[in-house]
Amino acid sequence: MDALMLARIQFGANITFHILFPSITIALGWMLLFFKLFYGKTRDIKWMNAYKFWVKIFALCFALGVVSGITMSFQFGTNWPGFMMTVGNIAGPLLAYEVLTAFFLEATFLGIMLFGFSKVSNRIHTLATFLVAGGTTLSAFWIIVLNSWMHTPVGFEMIDGKAHATSWLEIIFNPSMPYRLVHMMFASGLTASFLVAGVSSYRFLRGDKCASVIAALKGGVYAAAIIIPLQIFVGDMHGLNTLKYQPAKIAAMEAVWETQEGAPLLLFAFPNKEKRRNDVEIGIPKLASLILTHNLNGKIKGLNDFNGNHPPVAPVFFAFRIMVGTGILMLLISWLSAWQIKKTGVPKNWVAILLVCMTFSGWVATISGWYTTEIGRQPWLVNGLLTTATAAASNVSSSMISSTLAMYLMLYVTLICCFISVVFYLARKAVVTSSNLIKPIEGGM
Amino acid sequence: MEIFTNSQWLPLVFMGLMGISILAYVILDGYDLGVGILMSQASDEEKDKMIASIGPFWDANETWLVLGAGILLVAFPIAHGVILTALYLPTAIMLGGLILRGVSFDFRAKANATHKHLWDNVFMSGSLITTIAQGYMLGLYIVGFEHTLTTFAFGIISGICLAAGYCFVGAGWLIMKTEDILQIKAVRWGRIALWGTTLGMGVVSLVTPLINPRIFDKWFSIPNFFIMLPIPLITGALILTLEITLRKLPHPNDHYCWVPFAGAVALFLLGFVGLAYSFFPYIVPDKITIWEAASSPESLLIILIGALIVLPCIIVYTVFAYRVFWGKVKDLSYD
Repeated sequence: MDALMLARIQFGANITFHILFPSITIALGWMLLFFKLFYGKTRDIKWMNAYKFWVKIFALCFALGVVSGITMSFQFGTNWPGFMMTVGNIAGPLLAYEVLTAFFLEATFLGIMLFGFSKVSNRIHTLATFLVAGGTTLSAFWIIVLNSWMHTPVGFEMIDGKAHATSWLEIIFNPSMPYRLVHMMFASGLTASFLVAGVSSYRFLRGDKCASVIAALKGGVYAAAIIIPLQIFVGDMHGLNTLKYQPAKIAAMEAVWETQEGAPLLLFAFPNKEKRRNDVEIGIPKLASLILTHNLNGKIKGLNDFNGNHPPVAPVFFAFRIMVGTGILMLLISWLSAWQIKKTGVPKNWVAILLVCMTFSGWVATISGWYTTEIGRQPWLVNGLLTTATAAASNVSSSMISSTLAMYLMLYVTLICCFISVVFYLARKAVVTSSNLIKPIEGGM
Repeated sequence: MEIFTNSQWLPLVFMGLMGISILAYVILDGYDLGVGILMSQASDEEKDKMIASIGPFWDANETWLVLGAGILLVAFPIAHGVILTALYLPTAIMLGGLILRGVSFDFRAKANATHKHLWDNVFMSGSLITTIAQGYMLGLYIVGFEHTLTTFAFGIISGICLAAGYCFVGAGWLIMKTEDILQIKAVRWGRIALWGTTLGMGVVSLVTPLINPRIFDKWFSIPNFFIMLPIPLITGALILTLEITLRKLPHPNDHYCWVPFAGAVALFLLGFVGLAYSFFPYIVPDKITIWEAASSPESLLIILIGALIVLPCIIVYTVFAYRVFWGKVKDLSYD
């Protein structure tokens, strides 16, 4: 395999591993804050117990996110030296603001949030929790700004082959940023909700039916049931935005080879890149045109009209379908569970089993969504400005990349296995200890 | 007058900022990496104490590395590409070490108790791998990224010496934060590590001018020699003071328990000033100067404004966090 492909796989593997954990911590941080605030308001110990259980998983995710994030800050230089050389004047300040305003904030107050409970007043501890949650969200904001700018670059001029900023406001509020940011926030909300609901259901099924488990389970299910329709709506808006600025990506997502009016929505197909058509197609007539142009006979530009400047079709097409499929499953299961729990007050076993199966569904949807949008940007690294191939390091041999790639992959697979098993181990351990409930905590020390 | 144009002074300021972050990283993550390496010499109970002493801080300590590498990336993008592709393999190994160390820190406390030993071992080896890789990178930087058997050996030696340095600042941290037997042990570790540190600083100070005529001239031409002479003299006096102090520690009322740590900070500072003097104004030794590698002045200005507003806040809340966990370490718990 050539060095470019290996560099892409390596960076992709790292960024895939990384996003797993922020996609949990961004929303879980706010959930922890709510647990604390509910406790402060109701003085019901179940919220504090929920906080104490989930803060451990938060800490674990946070550590995994930090170490894989550090890897990324180095791989920008080792894998894509051309990126910073061409657009460093734009990407640099955005990354710098992320480190300065977000990383230190979350990392410093995390110490107080995790271990400072008996050392600071309850109010300061709640403030620390708030700052950690705010820090993770702020960090997501900056990185989404940069990523969105790579999809829809505006507010700059090219001088001697280098981008120079002309308007920071335009750069920050670039056309795809609002959609991408909200889409990612909701993705994190869903990931954390299904994780909380799934692990709580696991505890429930193992006989741990204490109030804090039920409260977390219900909270997770209700949050998911509220977020998922919003997410589908925002996703649709995001798609329309992509159609406007990156039509080639949409053509690949829908596997539309020839420009056509009244394009069908393909439920399934085998895109064939040699013959430049789909081998098998099962579709609903005119639906793609309706969704994308809000007109039954709307015109969609086909891949063959992009002069070869379009992303690989099959990965984008399938990743998009996995994301949408997972989203629909999330909608069905969260509404079904919410309806059943609302009716009887406690989940039935079959609902709990369904929720356990959905524990990591947020990961599947988030990753396939990112694959859709990032592979969909190819062959560009910065849309219309810099190709991925130009940005790659020319002096790093493919054997060097493949050996380090093997090391990273081994590490990542092992760590994901460890993470999942430790989450369920903590859940089982909690079953044992929650029978002798933790005594109430006095506020303000 | 030229110094007053933005493209002249901004790279200098960012050089300074990067220097401060790298120095902060080497001292702050240095002590927790050092504690990680020293854990191999401790009993199980002491290991918990040692982990507890660094628990609330390591995340934020590591952020200084992100800031240092980040400034290199955003302010000197060309140098970031050149340096990190030249150090591709040691960088990957360092990152592997950092990952192992960071995660085992959390896993050891949460995983099944029977796996705790395993995670402890991962933590110690992760700390050691990270340190050796960082020292190796420093060594290769000094020899200008030449890849020969000799430079490889030099890289490994500087890796081992950096490990001694981190162990010393780690021991200093433990002397300050612990009591009783662990503190006595830390004093012993500190005395051994001090000699390794001295040796390392000596080797680097000798090799750097010997292999690079430009740096040789910088140090040994008159009057530079006399202007810079205080640096090695103060370093020598400091090492002597530290050795004498360590012999008397721990003091009955725990007086002076902060001296080894403060001394370690001063030692790192002196070494850093020496290195910075040797290599300035180059960011890639003898090839690219900070002005040649710098981003456009308008981007640097935007970052600088942000940094000037945010850095004081970072310092204030970092000090606050250290104050919250001030004093001798107790068992770490989520309660």
